[in-house]
Amino acid sequence: MTEIIDRPAIAGDGDAHVGEHEAGHNLHEHHGPTGILKWLTSTDHKVIGLSYTITSVIMLVIGGFLAELIRIQLSSPNATFVSFGEYNQLFTMHGSLMIYLFAGPFAFGGLANIIVPLQIGAPDMAFPRLNALSYWLYLSGSITMLLGFLVAAGPANFGWVGYAPLSNAIYSPGAGADLWIAALLLTGFSAIFTGVNICATVFYLRAPGMTMFRMPIFTWNMLVVGILILLAFPVLTAGLIMLYADRHFGTHIYTVPGGGVPVLWQHIFWFWGHPEVYILALPFFGMATEVIAAFSKKPVFGYKGMVFATITIGALSLGVWAHHMFTTGVVLLPFFSIMSLLIAVPTGIKIFNWIGTMWGGKVHLTTAMLFAIGFVITFLIGGLTGIYLASPPLDFFTHDTYFVVAHFHSVVLALVMGGMAGLYYWGPKITGYLLNETIGKIQFWTFFIGANLMVAPQYALGLDGMPRRVATYLHDPQWQTLNRVATVGALVMGLSTALFVVNIVVSWKRYPAGDNPWDAQTLEWFTTSPPPHHNYYSLPPIRSERPTWDYNHPNDRSLAHGHHDEPAEPSRLVAST
Amino acid sequence: MKVEAKLLLGLGAFFGLMGIVYWFWSGEQAGSIMLIAGALLGFLPGGYYLWWSNRMRQRPSDSATASIADGAGTVDTFPGSSIWPFTLGMGAFFAGLSLVFGTWFAVPAAALVIWALMGAVTESRRGGNRATTPHH
Repeated sequence: MTEIIDRPAIAGDGDAHVGEHEAGHNLHEHHGPTGILKWLTSTDHKVIGLSYTITSVIMLVIGGFLAELIRIQLSSPNATFVSFGEYNQLFTMHGSLMIYLFAGPFAFGGLANIIVPLQIGAPDMAFPRLNALSYWLYLSGSITMLLGFLVAAGPANFGWVGYAPLSNAIYSPGAGADLWIAALLLTGFSAIFTGVNICATVFYLRAPGMTMFRMPIFTWNMLVVGILILLAFPVLTAGLIMLYADRHFGTHIYTVPGGGVPVLWQHIFWFWGHPEVYILALPFFGMATEVIAAFSKKPVFGYKGMVFATITIGALSLGVWAHHMFTTGVVLLPFFSIMSLLIAVPTGIKIFNWIGTMWGGKVHLTTAMLFAIGFVITFLIGGLTGIYLASPPLDFFTHDTYFVVAHFHSVVLALVMGGMAGLYYWGPKITGYLLNETIGKIQFWTFFIGANLMVAPQYALGLDGMPRRVATYLHDPQWQTLNRVATVGALVMGLSTALFVVNIVVSWKRYPAGDNPWDAQTLEWFTTSPPPHHNYYSLPPIRSERPTWDYNHPNDRSLAHGHHDEPAEPSRLVAST
Repeated sequence: MKVEAKLLLGLGAFFGLMGIVYWFWSGEQAGSIMLIAGALLGFLPGGYYLWWSNRMRQRPSDSATASIADGAGTVDTFPGSSIWPFTLGMGAFFAGLSLVFGTWFAVPAAALVIWALMGAVTESRRGGNRATTPHH
């Protein structure tokens, strides 16, 4: 049954704001079915987003477990903890789970799904049933990929990039590879539908006064991510269909004998794969931005610079794919080197602005803020080593060594910290309850130390020539020490993730959050925690990029950077406070 | 609507420029075609939004001075709870499995997909109830 939704009331009219909150707790549960049927049939973006978040964190835990097995194998030379074949399956599934099933879906299906409509004052995503379909496609794709562990020959074993001709039917026979392809087709469509949904929601469902240049940075980043998804994912889907045709229908698109071109797979894969890197990164940039602004009690420094940096990263990300292919010898090195180096400029602007937001602010070192700062530091390391790799002569030297592994693990572990910042920051809005701060801070320090303890030796190993994707190495005291340190780092990170689960159990419905526990600035903190069905009983006047702050601090205009075009309906503000 | 149009047209123009430079510099076909296709994907919705933004009244969400009251009334019609996305998703799941375990999986897949599409279409035709969002 469809529902016609009216615009929420104006906050402050007739002192209604307080009363609504009491009414809210009676109202937001009694829509539609309850129990298991609620999770199966809901089209509410908050329920779907929570399903996405939980599923993707489970994928993170499984993928992390596979990583621990990899690190145990590498902790000593000539190890026989797993066989060579099993090792290939482990690193393939670790990469596939983390990239395809955790990082992306966690960001654009999980937190963005919940937070974007709230941040722009929308009642739901633009296409709620399509949103639900996205989740079911994502879940069935995840199950399809994990089914690989149950088939006789085991899961896919050609690396998460599935390079041709290794991924063809001769070198990689068996159901595992086909399950990998089917899983990526399902999750690919899931991502495309979510991209459509995010763009349509941002374009059509913003509240009155919420102009494009008043949207929170997280929403801006998710809009650019939505556009990048629409540009990139169909290319991967097409490439996978051609790979499947090569494997089963006798076509020769990626095989030399029939007149095909193996390197075409790399072009197609990385034309998806490099925008994908920013599809993964931009949401976490957005989360860190929101957290840093909220806990510095300042507006985002250089708001428009931040927006243009995001758009520039999105624009450049389509022109850098072949920097993954420098050593193939058939790509235009200067073009891709220049484009890749250029991305350092907008990324540098972002790091400058994050520091600028903290500068002179009243910084509160909560768990979320610690994770956000940890994100900035670790991402800076990953970003700087990325600049080395954008230079072809340096890339020739380090390609397919642990230097590359360390580079992108610095980046993605920074993203995990950004995601944790997001969970600690928005978790209370989503569930209505805070997480324990003491356990959270221990979790942060163990994760931050563990992550950097793991990647730092890998940089050294890479420069010393240790290749990636090898199951073992000959006895060498230095390599053994460095690998042992990396393994300890990985185990410490595993401990940190276990602490997160402990924190959820310990904090379960223990610390009620209230509507705005952080005195945060953006619109989503105006509604109840958790928000009611269709999100808002009333909306404040939207006169800047931080309407909740304006409403709660009517006299604080000192830092507003001229985003206030006119006084914010002062009579209503006075009446409500 | 103008900002949305400019964003998409700007991205399309940049991809087009990049595609042309790349095409004449490298002569590599796959990447050039993908970049030009990316440009078209920017121009298509961007052009539509530009055309439309010149023919519509300014929306409250595009106005820096709009108050919440300016957007009063119906936002839109939204679907309530629905089982059909799940049914369609399971149909797609079986279709995916049919790529791996045999064509026979396509039979339940097709049945579920057709059932879900019929269910979803008739559901959205059934008309609307006013939601119980409180008013003051």
